[in-house]
Amino acid sequence: MKKLFGLLITFALGLVIILALDNTVNFPRFGEVNLSERISGLYLSETNVEEVGSANLVTSIVLGFRTFDTLGEVTVLFISSLGVAFILGGTKQKRLDLKFKPNFMLRVGSNILLVIILITSFYIILHGHLSPGGGFPGGAMIASSVLLLYLADDRFRSNIKGFKVLEGVAGSLFVVIGLLGLVFATAFFANYLPTGIIGNLLSAGIIPILYVLVGLKVGSEIAGIIDNFLTEEEEEIA
Amino acid sequence: MIFFDYLSIVVSVLLLVIAFFAINSKKLINSVLFLSALSMVAVVAFIIMRAPDVAITEAVIGSGLVTALFVFTLLSVKRRELK
Repeated sequence: MKKLFGLLITFALGLVIILALDNTVNFPRFGEVNLSERISGLYLSETNVEEVGSANLVTSIVLGFRTFDTLGEVTVLFISSLGVAFILGGTKQKRLDLKFKPNFMLRVGSNILLVIILITSFYIILHGHLSPGGGFPGGAMIASSVLLLYLADDRFRSNIKGFKVLEGVAGSLFVVIGLLGLVFATAFFANYLPTGIIGNLLSAGIIPILYVLVGLKVGSEIAGIIDNFLTEEEEEIA
Repeated sequence: MIFFDYLSIVVSVLLLVIAFFAINSKKLINSVLFLSALSMVAVVAFIIMRAPDVAITEAVIGSGLVTALFVFTLLSVKRRELK
């Protein structure tokens, strides 16, 4: 009876969603929306693209028009890593005892994979204004290479103090670059460097610098979260 | 273009099926693995919808980091009988 009731509710809800969202005025069919009627059409106009100078339109919105939102996003991640450290972090920490031990193949293979993952992540961060990707996925890739190190060696501890310093420096520099916009231009996070030719690696003004800082900050934050998850407090021997 | 239409139908059905298995599997570890598979299929869906930025983020976070954290947490949780 309970399952039948759940099934009925699921189907009714699905029907309502389909009827409400399928090809109405607010939700046209996928790919058929008229962008000139929407706010996103303004971002896509040619003068704005020339002004920001980023070939990747998502980046030109995330770090060109809406950099203040990105600052909030970075702060949210910082607060969540702070919360994890507050709950799981202690004074004396040791590695978690897992049931499996890494074997020889895993240890050797992970060293090769680590280099590939790190190179890919730096490529994605540095080309954030040209190709898909950017600071957030690149930083998560850096963190996943740290996770690989933890996976391959059951006694490995990363230098977590260094990560904390890196995170603080990157976050402060992010805000300082934004504040310099008030000095050299008119607004917080204004793009005061020359934008260059669209499509070149050195273009789009302050956007690549900001994305490198975001990538380092996100990477060190998630690496700290991983370290907190894979360690436990040392039991005191009385 | 017709190929992408068929592909999107296959991907959407696969998403629903994998999501059902992720909810209904008996072991928690199987659930986590189905969740990882769900993220992998979602990456294909995002690429069909031409959002490569979201696809990269989903691939790294959804099927990489979150799965690893879940698996490590499940490995360190010990089973205890209810009294």
